[in-house]
Amino acid sequence: MDFLIFKAPILMVQASMDGILLGLLFALIAYGMALQWGVMNIINIAQGELVIMGGYIAYFMYTAGIHPAFGIIVSPIIMYFVGWFLYKSIINRVVERDLFISILATFGISILTQQLMNFVFGADVVVAQSNFGTTLLFDDSVTLPNAKIFSALVSIVFAVALVLYMKKSRLGRAIRATSQNPRAAKILGVDTEKVYAATFGINAALCGVAGSLIAITFTLHPYVGLPYTVRSFMIVIIAGLGNLPAVALSGVGLGVFEEFADYILGTEFRIAAVFLLLVVILVYRRFKLSKKREYLK
Amino acid sequence: MSKNNIIIYGLILVFGIGAPFLFPAYKLQISILWILTILALTWDIQGGQMGYNSFGNILFFGIGMYVCSSVQIGMFFPLSEWTASGGEKTFLHTTSQYFEGFTYGLILAGIIPAIVAALIGYGILGLRGHYFAICTLGIGIAAGEIAGGIELIGAGQGMTVPPWPKGIGGTELRSQFFYYLCFLTVSITFLVIKWIYQTRFGLVLNAIRDNEDKAEAMGIHTMRYKIIGWVVSAFFLGIAGGLMGNMIGYIEPTEIAFAGSTYGVFMVLMAILGGKGTLWGPVIGAAVFHIFKEGFWTFFLGWQYVALGALIIVIVIFFPEGIMGWLREKYPHRFGEVVDEADRTAQVELT
Amino acid sequence: MGIILEVDQVYKHFGGVKANENVSLTVEEGSIVGLIGPNGSGKTTLFNSIVGTHPIDQGSIYFEGREISALPVPAIAKLGLLRTFQQTRIYEKLNCIQNMLVSSKPENDTVYNVFAKIPEELTEKSENLLKFVGLYQKRNLRAGDLSFGQQKLLELAMALMNEPKMLLLDEPTAGINPTLINGIIDRLIKVNKEFGITLLVIEHNMRVIMSLAQKMFCLAHGQLLAEGTPEEIKNDHRVIDAYLGVQ
Ligand SMILES: Nc1ncnc2c1ncn2[C@@H]1O[C@H](COP(=O)(O)OP(=O)(O)O)[C@@H](O)[C@H]1O
Ligand SMILES: [Mg+2]
Repeated sequence: MDFLIFKAPILMVQASMDGILLGLLFALIAYGMALQWGVMNIINIAQGELVIMGGYIAYFMYTAGIHPAFGIIVSPIIMYFVGWFLYKSIINRVVERDLFISILATFGISILTQQLMNFVFGADVVVAQSNFGTTLLFDDSVTLPNAKIFSALVSIVFAVALVLYMKKSRLGRAIRATSQNPRAAKILGVDTEKVYAATFGINAALCGVAGSLIAITFTLHPYVGLPYTVRSFMIVIIAGLGNLPAVALSGVGLGVFEEFADYILGTEFRIAAVFLLLVVILVYRRFKLSKKREYLK
Repeated sequence: MSKNNIIIYGLILVFGIGAPFLFPAYKLQISILWILTILALTWDIQGGQMGYNSFGNILFFGIGMYVCSSVQIGMFFPLSEWTASGGEKTFLHTTSQYFEGFTYGLILAGIIPAIVAALIGYGILGLRGHYFAICTLGIGIAAGEIAGGIELIGAGQGMTVPPWPKGIGGTELRSQFFYYLCFLTVSITFLVIKWIYQTRFGLVLNAIRDNEDKAEAMGIHTMRYKIIGWVVSAFFLGIAGGLMGNMIGYIEPTEIAFAGSTYGVFMVLMAILGGKGTLWGPVIGAAVFHIFKEGFWTFFLGWQYVALGALIIVIVIFFPEGIMGWLREKYPHRFGEVVDEADRTAQVELT
Repeated sequence: MGIILEVDQVYKHFGGVKANENVSLTVEEGSIVGLIGPNGSGKTTLFNSIVGTHPIDQGSIYFEGREISALPVPAIAKLGLLRTFQQTRIYEKLNCIQNMLVSSKPENDTVYNVFAKIPEELTEKSENLLKFVGLYQKRNLRAGDLSFGQQKLLELAMALMNEPKMLLLDEPTAGINPTLINGIIDRLIKVNKEFGITLLVIEHNMRVIMSLAQKMFCLAHGQLLAEGTPEEIKNDHRVIDAYLGVQ
């Protein structure tokens, strides 16, 4: 016990560092969700499954003898087409309908893909070893796996690249126009159908990147997708749609919160803490707004 | 009551009472059908009638389940020792202890979830639309995760429920006992809900669904109705949970009690499949879903969840109005509201 | 006759938009008062402030002498102060009769009474009020299937069903078939005279408001520009300028 108290400040530094690195990864997934939510007005419950699927692609490469870090290139390409296919087969039928229908339909996708992944990759917890080594800080008392640092940097690079792409490219501008006013965009000759498909594809590709990062930094399992969905949802409702610095900041906040919850409450309550935080944030916002006699819209 | 209704209720009553003798092999399956019907009926109070799509009603089912068995055990033995001994039964209930415990357990299994609903209702039901949906999803899952961390109730390993007492007839009597309790509970649930929908309360729920702001502007304290509706759901869900735990004989946090990905989804799906926002829709939906599930589940061996996912997608995309919606369209005279074409095209006159 | 509604120096801003700026007005019990002003002048915002849809930034609002600006929406409605909406709000999946029934004021509105049966005689009352607004033949139609103008009439009937003391009407004749307008004027006068309901009416149709109101207020850019009898308002050059867009 003495030992733990003595170690506490160090453990807090460790937890904070872990949380920041992890949070940037969360932010990347959330950014994809925000993009797709803002453009298509769909809440994708299967977001987490897209992440896990992307992770399994990197894991598959790893088992085939390729370094899993290359997953950050291969996985988004494959996942782009997965997203595009999901859009064309299912999402396009729910896109302009009641939000509840899209929630439920993507919930169906989530259940379905979970078991498909279970078939293909088995129900075991797997990791893709990156052998990146670790960095030691503060007289070796804080240990940071280089894979986590790598993952945070990659998350930042991809998020910034996406922002630039959205600003500069033709498709990016079409996507932004559609998100601001789909009807006007349509009249001005934007093929909204194509924009939606591309948006869903880009979102899936981001999930692919994030998934392959998770494969080398954490663990994969067919049924751990939902917490990633909930994390992204939480980040989006705190940060709003499409404000990258705010998304990154909320992601980091959530990451740090989780590491501390893990450290204080114990790992068995980590997921519970994430879900409870969601509830607390929503209810807090609801009470704050109800003072103004408004509600979350 | 019209003649047709008497026939329908009569047939259901005959089936409900006679089923254990007519289909003895399916007794457990039909008991579970009654439980599923309760889940669908109570979900529809929020999801169908009030337009609040809850993904977290499983919370009350799970709480009811844990409360019931904890009371059953805790009334006579130290709960922690019971759960610590895992499946090994170091304690045995006498027949009178068993039924006494079960009675109190079942009553509290209804009351405690109802109190929980009342306590959290004010905060949660102030959320609307998808925020409500996601928030309730979070609550349901958090509850399972938390229950999985509490040693007293067996944590992740779960706990066993007191076994049927020896000396009063074996498994046959046991399954019959639970069967009739399930049938009685579903009957009461149905009648209470049917009655509620005929009162002003039912109309207010629909008004909230169609335009909550308008309802408030007309002087309706919508929050009051939302909370009471949730309390009603929670009460019957809790009892259903208590019954279910006892029928299975074993409770576990995330797969049985707070089973978001099975019963939690089933209740939504059944209500939509049958036709949400109708009295009979959830009943029909539960029956069709259960028959489909039991009939084909083994057929899909290993692929059940793929089939379930696909079923959800197909239903919400192609069949969002459900069976009742289809019947209404197809047979408006029997199921729908018939509107005279002359009324529809009539011009308003103010003279 | 006393003052039933008093709006006292009310401010309401939306970000930079000064939707209501120091607005004061009074309405006498039993009267019909008009509220006019160009589009965007803050009339609907003032209604929202009165019935509590949003909190006001400053000022007070008194209904029957009681300060109501801190009360929630349903509480204000239960005092007998109701409004209708410019963009109609009805319960679209319920039929007209059900819309009416749910709008009635329950006799004993407590928690213990939420499961009360709907009294039989309310159906008859609903039908009579639907007759009053000319919708009787459409009573079994879903409200969502009615035209915009018909929904406006239904909303009026729903408000009457609730037996308010005062009714705020937001453009009651907008979107209504012009052949019906005389009928509506006649109905509103009846509502006022026979049902004894005080009316505050936002209206763009000058002919309508001139033949209804005993007193009028004119808003422009969120501020009260003029008040007086219809005759005075009609000849007030500031009002004419405001409508013509002269600053
Ligand atoms: N909820 C709101 N949020 C932001 N601005 C609003 C809101 N409601 C009204 N406004 C603004 O306030 C001004 C007055 O609007 P309104 O009261 O609707 O005018 P009127 O009913 O006289 O046409 C307008 O500029 C409008 O855009
Ligand atoms: Mg207006």
